[in-house]
Amino acid sequence: MKTTKFLLSAVLAVTLFFAGCKPKDADIQSAVQAKEAAGITVAVAKGDVTLTGEVADEAEKAKAEEIAKAEEGVKSVINNLTIKTVAPVVIAEDTVLIKNVADATKDFPTVKAEVKDGVVLLTGEIKKASLITLMQHLSALKPKKIDNKLTVK
Amino acid sequence: MALQEKYKALTDAATAAGISDLAVREQDGILYVDGTAPDGATKDNLWEIYNQIDPNFASGDLVLNVNVAIDVAVTHAKVITQSSNLNIRKGPGTDQPIVGKAAHDEIITLVNRSNDLWWLVRTKDGEEGYCYAQYLEPQA
Repeated sequence: MKTTKFLLSAVLAVTLFFAGCKPKDADIQSAVQAKEAAGITVAVAKGDVTLTGEVADEAEKAKAEEIAKAEEGVKSVINNLTIKTVAPVVIAEDTVLIKNVADATKDFPTVKAEVKDGVVLLTGEIKKASLITLMQHLSALKPKKIDNKLTVK
Repeated sequence: MALQEKYKALTDAATAAGISDLAVREQDGILYVDGTAPDGATKDNLWEIYNQIDPNFASGDLVLNVNVAIDVAVTHAKVITQSSNLNIRKGPGTDQPIVGKAAHDEIITLVNRSNDLWWLVRTKDGEEGYCYAQYLEPQA
C-alpha cells in the first residue's frame, strides 16, 4: 500500500515537473493567436507553429512570423501565410468606351460627353434627379475618370 | 491613401452591406470601388453616401462600379425608364435599328444576359431584340 502511494505521487511529481517547464501546445496556441493580427490562424503541434491565412503584404507576413518565434516554447515556425491579391483596375479602350458612352448618354439630350484616354468629360446641364442615373450608367462602363463639369439645375 | 480616408464612410457601408468581391484601389489619384450588391436598394444607398461625400459628383476622384447581383433563375424584368417607352433594337447599340418598344413599367421576358450592357428580351407581343440593361429591373 505504501509503495503504491509512493509510486503514484512520484508519477504525479514527474508529470507536474515536465508540465511546468515545457508549455503545452494549447497554451502556446492561445498565446500566439492572441498576439497575431485578425485573419491569421495559428496551429501548434509539439512546439511547431504553423501560420495560415491572408495578410496584406510581405512585411505583415514577416512580422507574424517574428511574433510566433518570440513566444516561449516555440521550436519552429512554418509560415504558410499568403499575400492578398487585389484585382487590378480595368479601364475600357477608348473605341469601346466612346460607343458605350454614346449609348449611355443618349437619353440625356442636354448632356455633352467627350471621351479621351479613358476620361469621360461631361459638359452641358442636367436635372439633379437625373444626375445620379447618368453617373451610375457611366460608372459601369469602366472609365478611367468621369470629369463632371455639368451644371446641375 | 487620402482618397481612401475621404470615402471611408462609403467603403465601410459597402463592407457592412455585404457587397461581394468588394475591391477598393487607388490609382493615379482616383479611387476605384468595384463589387456586387445583393439588391438595388443597397446600390442606391451607396450612391447616396457618395453624393453626400462629394456633392453632385464634381470631384472626379471616384469610379463607383457596383452592380446588382442577379439570380440566374430570373426570367423577367420590369421596364424602369422614367416615363417613356424603352426601345428594343436589332443589335446591342443605339446605332442599331429599333425593332420594337416596351412600355414604361411593362414586364418583359429576358432571353439572354450575356452582354452586360444590352440584354436580349422578348415582349408579350413576341417582339425580340436588345434593350439597355440599365432600364431593366430583374423580377424575383
